[in-house]
Amino acid sequence: MRLVMLAAGGLSLIAGCAPKRPPGRRVLSDDDAGLLGAIADRIIPPDAWPGGRENGVVAFIDRQLDGPYRRFRGEYRRGLDAVTESCLGKYRKRFELLSAEEQNTLLGEMESGSLRDGGWKEGFSKRFFELVRSHAMQAYYGSPRHGGNPDYASYKMMGIDYPQVIGQNRYRP
Amino acid sequence: MKNNHVNAVVVGAGAGGGVVAKELSTAGLSVVLFERGDWVSFEDHDNDELLSQRTTVLGNAFGPDDDRYRRVVAGEDGLTEIVYPSDGAYNNVAACVGSGTVSYGAMAWRFMAEDFRMRSTYGPVQGSTLEDWPVSYDDLEHCYEKAEWEIGVAGDASLNPFAAPRKKPYPMPPFSYNREATMLESAMKRMGLHPFPIPMLRNSVPYSGRPACVRRRTCCGFACPVNAKCGTHNTVIPAALSTGNCELRTQCVVGGLIIDASGRITGVEYFDREDTKQEQTADVIVLAASATETPRLLLNSTSRHFPSGVGNRHDWVGRNLQGHAYTGAFGLFEEDIFDDVGPGATLAISDFSHHNPGIVGGGILANEFTRLPYLFSNIRPPGSRMWGEEHKEFQRKYFRRNVQVVGPVQEMPFFDSRVQVDPSVRDSWGLPVVRLSGHRHPRDAEGCEFLSGKAEAILKEAGAFQTWRHLGGSGLSGGQHQAGTCRMGDDPLSSVTDRFGRVHDTPNVFVSDASLHVTNGGFNPALTIMALGYWVGEHIAGEWHKGNHFR
Repeated sequence: MRLVMLAAGGLSLIAGCAPKRPPGRRVLSDDDAGLLGAIADRIIPPDAWPGGRENGVVAFIDRQLDGPYRRFRGEYRRGLDAVTESCLGKYRKRFELLSAEEQNTLLGEMESGSLRDGGWKEGFSKRFFELVRSHAMQAYYGSPRHGGNPDYASYKMMGIDYPQVIGQNRYRP
Repeated sequence: MKNNHVNAVVVGAGAGGGVVAKELSTAGLSVVLFERGDWVSFEDHDNDELLSQRTTVLGNAFGPDDDRYRRVVAGEDGLTEIVYPSDGAYNNVAACVGSGTVSYGAMAWRFMAEDFRMRSTYGPVQGSTLEDWPVSYDDLEHCYEKAEWEIGVAGDASLNPFAAPRKKPYPMPPFSYNREATMLESAMKRMGLHPFPIPMLRNSVPYSGRPACVRRRTCCGFACPVNAKCGTHNTVIPAALSTGNCELRTQCVVGGLIIDASGRITGVEYFDREDTKQEQTADVIVLAASATETPRLLLNSTSRHFPSGVGNRHDWVGRNLQGHAYTGAFGLFEEDIFDDVGPGATLAISDFSHHNPGIVGGGILANEFTRLPYLFSNIRPPGSRMWGEEHKEFQRKYFRRNVQVVGPVQEMPFFDSRVQVDPSVRDSWGLPVVRLSGHRHPRDAEGCEFLSGKAEAILKEAGAFQTWRHLGGSGLSGGQHQAGTCRMGDDPLSSVTDRFGRVHDTPNVFVSDASLHVTNGGFNPALTIMALGYWVGEHIAGEWHKGNHFR
């Protein structure tokens, strides 16, 4: 496992690598963002409405890792590395390149806690899955001011008008 | 610079402290009202679900902050964990002017006569410190009335046949039902139940110079953008300040009581907004800092006269921590029920508050406040996958087609459910923090089982094609309805204060918050905390004018 370097501010989480981040991203490298986006698209898959990746899950998590979720940086580093490690071990491919079905299988194993090797010791896979799942839901269904859910896309999907105009809107199934 | 001596210090500008400050300052006493937080308004956080009083994942919109505050939770296994205000286990109460009354759902319940006489009504409960209050509903009736008229309540008590008798109606007409409440009303009536509009500390018509409610979905958990919600921050606290007798000191953290060489409490020590330690002396000290912070203040105030903390000679300070197990059921419907008329909760029944076979107490049932999108993402029938296509489909299909009926169950006080101060962990001012331990009394589960069954039956009668229940859990209770930790009583051996909130063993220290509650009713407690504020405040002011300066 790679060494974890915890640092405040704009330093990359990946020790030993030059930070490869587009301007505007604060914590996650391009690789981290690609992997997290792929996970986000399984947690909230794209259909007629945007998936987790398109609806700002990565941007939200990146921003919060530089804010109130700074305390979860270590978990993200360990968890993202463990996902990659598990995929390379099992499929010889990174998570991002797996089929949706394979990705769902792996996430299901994380959720149930059946992964125990490498970085997943001590029931970490379950904990990490729930962390990412809840953060993805917060991003997708929360206020756009935290980096996710641009233009309240999820509100539109659910038929909740925003801003709220009481009594003025009707939704038909 | 030394602060001028005042007649009274009130610690905590929430539901209890705000009322006491107003009662004392209008009676001519000079008052300093301390608040560790500051003024907050809608503009600070807008409609942000992730930073609301209901969902604190990104922090507490109404304080306190995670940087300076912490608590310790001790588990059954003896292991301890440090928790922060945005963690549920912290059992937070808002830290701002008005405290929870800024962001609450604003249900304005009077307790029933039985709620003050639980032991007489139901007999002793094994393993519980269930007891009668030293005051009755009749004693407090006029205080409830003052709270309803001075702070403002909308409702129609004539529609609730179980309501305790009252002398005066509510000052404002009730709120109309939203669509789900209209549907539930018919179902409840078919079942022979007695639905009525929930009394609310919220303007249904313009009142006290503030406008009527605009019925937003972001009400419970949020500040009101039009100032229609009635809290102490926009009623009694401004009234106190306008007397010229009351000074509000915000961002001031009171750390303990000052005890002189003779054992008399002469004031409080506090840290001002620059974190400078200061003293404020007073003749009377009123603690209204919440059922976790009030006992902490007493326990952190020791001297040779009070070796285990002020008022704690018989080890009752911090005991009997209780809140409410929330229990009820969800139902899914074939068609849209959600009409986006806030705050969602509009109708209740009190049929199951008391005299239920085999149950001690009970609770109201009401339709629930609007579940916003993130909160709703955690609501699924048991066994559902909490992610993926199905989860997303449920989110858009059932947000407008789900109804929740829910209520607070009266809890049996439990001596070992308690607030202590931690021997080693300190907050950023160096003060020992709250240490929470204990669990609910096993009989609470019976109440949850009973009430959630009733909720489920109502949803089925209303036409839900699928229903599921949620029970209250068995762990430590407290939360925003926290109560009981400085119980009032006639016997100093088994209580912390007398019937007027005066701490035994002291002539001049009073408590005026939910810490006083002997039992916590099957109702949201805000109006009762306010009523006790009038009860305590009226007593202090009355005595003061008789020449009793509590020496």
